[in-house]
Amino acid sequence: MAQTLYDKLMAAHVVREEATTALIYIDRQLIHEVTSPQAFEGLEMAGRKPWRLDANLAVPDHNVPTTERSSGVAGIEDPISKLQIETLDKNCEIFGINEITMNDVRQGIVHVVGPEQGATLPGMSIVCGDSHTSTHGALGALAFGIGTSEVEHVLATGCLWQSKSKNLKIEVSGELNEFVSAKDVALYIIGQIGTAGGTGYAIEFAGTTIQDLSVEGRMTLCNMAIEAGARVGMVAVDDKTIEYVKGRPMAPTGDEWDKAVEYWHTLHSDEDAHFDQIVRINAKDIKPQVTWGTSPEMVIGVDGIVPDPDKETDPVKAEGIRNALSYIHLKANTPINTVNIDKVFIGSCTNSRLEDLRVAAAVTKGKHIADNIKLALVVPGSGLIKKQAEAEGLDKIFTDAGFEWREAGCSMCLAMNADKLEPGERCASTSNRNFEGRQGQGSFTHLVSPAIAAASAIAGHFSEVE
Amino acid sequence: MQAFKTLTSITAPLDRANIDTDAIIPKQFLKSIKRSGFGPNLFDEWRYLDHGEVGMDNTKRPLNKDFVLNQPEYQGAKILLTRENFGCGSSREHAPWALEDYGFKAIIAPSFADIFYNNCFKNGLLPIVQDNNVMDELFGFKGEITIDLESQNINANGKKYTFEVDAERKRRLLNGLDDISLTLQYEDEIKSFETTYFKKYSWLN
Repeated sequence: MAQTLYDKLMAAHVVREEATTALIYIDRQLIHEVTSPQAFEGLEMAGRKPWRLDANLAVPDHNVPTTERSSGVAGIEDPISKLQIETLDKNCEIFGINEITMNDVRQGIVHVVGPEQGATLPGMSIVCGDSHTSTHGALGALAFGIGTSEVEHVLATGCLWQSKSKNLKIEVSGELNEFVSAKDVALYIIGQIGTAGGTGYAIEFAGTTIQDLSVEGRMTLCNMAIEAGARVGMVAVDDKTIEYVKGRPMAPTGDEWDKAVEYWHTLHSDEDAHFDQIVRINAKDIKPQVTWGTSPEMVIGVDGIVPDPDKETDPVKAEGIRNALSYIHLKANTPINTVNIDKVFIGSCTNSRLEDLRVAAAVTKGKHIADNIKLALVVPGSGLIKKQAEAEGLDKIFTDAGFEWREAGCSMCLAMNADKLEPGERCASTSNRNFEGRQGQGSFTHLVSPAIAAASAIAGHFSEVE
Repeated sequence: MQAFKTLTSITAPLDRANIDTDAIIPKQFLKSIKRSGFGPNLFDEWRYLDHGEVGMDNTKRPLNKDFVLNQPEYQGAKILLTRENFGCGSSREHAPWALEDYGFKAIIAPSFADIFYNNCFKNGLLPIVQDNNVMDELFGFKGEITIDLESQNINANGKKYTFEVDAERKRRLLNGLDDISLTLQYEDEIKSFETTYFKKYSWLN
């Protein structure tokens, strides 16, 4: 029978099937410091050992400082952040888990590090105690976020109970407009189907637009699948995927490589595979996007106006718009490109890869951030990306323009470290969530692409690339 | 994990859609390396008027009197009523931990985000889906309601509403069964799967 990519990936991992759920085998578990301490504690209390040590790879990212790190973990100012990272280091040592520690050049955001190291391979089942694990589906893997109890379950058993999701295909066709990126595609899709539009589904992104995206762009897109409610986002394997994986430190070599590639070429939906739902989008309709509210679905084109709740017929939606506008201090019908910003953040597991930094640098080159910008941060996704960007002189372009160039980590995406917004501050951010208080209590987040973040930093307000 | 059989309680109505896990438990409280103690910081930014940080004495903080959980008539509620897409966003299990630690045992909403829904069952918390019409009736109902997991119904003063729950999840919740020990019953099956699997996908071993 014809299968979707998701069906194929699930079927390859089923250990045991029950009526409505299946025990599936997990190839890779990525671990970070925030959602793992209680899992290790549970393991220890029950006297259990990890099922298969090699399945796991740990890296601290949420709490790490992005400023100077020469004193290592001991030098972290916030005692609670420090404890969490020390706890990860200690747990990995006790249980024998491979960890890329904070001062290792390979350290970075777990969803950037996984693919970069070849720890993420096509066809794998990958979990992590982080909802943005959907990112890894860009390489034709089955990847999804789990809770801490499930982290413990995977550590202890190498498996996880899963019920099958339905299949949703989002087909984007045609050539993207200038300065429209994977991020804009993601935000546009969420604006169309809503933050619960993908709930219960595994999303496969397909179509000529997706084929034309780089693997990095596909990661940005799959990263945001969870913001549409889908735990899983995927793109079929093609030559670009294989080219991306080739030569990565943890990728197979020699005969094993050839054997793997042969299998990976089968990782696409069969032509007549059944999807429970198909959404078709024309790339030409997508403009650079800016969110105006407190949910990623509250999004408009950068030339658009903030919606008016009085014009919304659905009362629950109208109330949502009112709540959002009241929180974010914007008036209905305001053109978004007249709204001034205080801070700019370029980074996060959504947009901190080399391609993102190159685009932002190209927009920034030879210009300077506006006087009203109090802080503009560029936080690379990993130490290796930082190194490569510096070799290309991107750091210099940013610092000359008034940006700060930082060490790798999650940083201001969720403000668990020292990088956060003050109450009332408005930020153009390349991250993935604009929820109330996400970047600091009482602060206002607007999600944008790296190009729009850079252009807005220069203009001092939301702006297209001039 | 504590077993869930029946529950009788008043409800706390949180009439808002798309409540995300950042709102349920803000990120500063995720720095704890423990599983308990999140209850006082449940809905922290809505519940208190000041900015909450780890280590504060929450009993001394100024309360937002307008927030539902601070209103006298809803004290002791073990059932939360809310709207669409509850628990969206971050996968943090700290969200169900906080709800459970506060005293909630069940949440009734028209829909839940997938990861949150899963996480509830791991913590003895029952998420129940009801359509919008029923939700409106429950929001309008004053008094105690009873949830019976065995017979899968909610009883509000004689009026009954049924709900769906996956059979396996129901069995585990009714008996308070620990997932890991259950899975390890299949240890031999997992091992034999691995043998075949790594033969076929040898580059993964």
